[in-house]
Amino acid sequence: MKNELIDYCLRLGDSSLILSHRIAEYCSKAPILEEDLAITNVGLDLLGQAENFLTYAAELKGDTTADLLTFKRREGDFRCLHLVQTPNTDFAFILARQFLMDCYHQILFSKLISSEDETILGISKKAIKEVNYHLDRSNDWIKRLGLGTTESNERLQNAVNDLWMYTDELFIDNSTDIAMNKNKIAPLSSNLKSDWLEMVESALKFSEIKIPQEIRYSLRYGKDGFHTEYLGFILAEMQHLPLLYPDATW
Amino acid sequence: MSSDDQGILWEVFIQVKAGRPYKHIGSLHAYDKEMAMKSARDLYTRRNEGNGIWIVKAEDIISSEANDGEAFFDPSNDKVYRHPTFYKIPDGVKHI
Repeated sequence: MKNELIDYCLRLGDSSLILSHRIAEYCSKAPILEEDLAITNVGLDLLGQAENFLTYAAELKGDTTADLLTFKRREGDFRCLHLVQTPNTDFAFILARQFLMDCYHQILFSKLISSEDETILGISKKAIKEVNYHLDRSNDWIKRLGLGTTESNERLQNAVNDLWMYTDELFIDNSTDIAMNKNKIAPLSSNLKSDWLEMVESALKFSEIKIPQEIRYSLRYGKDGFHTEYLGFILAEMQHLPLLYPDATW
Repeated sequence: MSSDDQGILWEVFIQVKAGRPYKHIGSLHAYDKEMAMKSARDLYTRRNEGNGIWIVKAEDIISSEANDGEAFFDPSNDKVYRHPTFYKIPDGVKHI
């Protein structure tokens, strides 16, 4: 059970960590200054959530820290979802990815606030407030882009088309999900799907965005340690400094 | 959207805590009220600066003109008796 709990914390922590890294890459590139700050704020919230989950994972593992897990771990030991690994393209893509994750986080954390694991419960109580705001923002942008100009609608539609194949993984149960559910620590991932679909589909429909059909999904998943081709490059950038200069401080 | 189209200019006022006055803290660009409010939250309250936000369209603010200066303000320069500095304040009085 302990190993599954560690695995689950890594999944939540790594997913927030990698998404926050993607957002950090976008810093200074948003169309207007106000949005640049806002999206970077979201990234910082996610980094905070990642730190909480990785600190807990490190405690459970023993003999390691959140920093070591972040900067000295191999790609195959990461448990982040594929969706968060996708490379930034344009503003519509970044907001669409954010929206899909925000819906997922909102539904997940609203269940985790009744977890029987007190640490997960505590982290989730704090995170849900942040996530509600993230969702408010990204949901707003989905409407603005979807109902905006022909170009903004088209860009958002392209983003949703490109991202949809990664959403399947969010609701796949592996042995970790089953153990978490059995011990009343977390819901089955598959149990989140109908709420998520309803939330996402109604927002997209309202914004005149079509749900992609006939999509081929991944055969292997980030939550099992099998990653997209992008993760290696993210880690190379994120980890190279602490690997080159192990004693570096600031 | 042209590259310099950042929307309308808004002025932001923050209240530090309940009962205190709203103070001007800065400005921002946004396309409408909802976006202005979200941006104000992100720009000006993320370090816990306040718990209330007022936003006003910059164009709706009635402002004195720089060249009004002489007629508007100079006459009060030499009237020190308008300042309440000629009283002794009892020790028990606070918040003055």
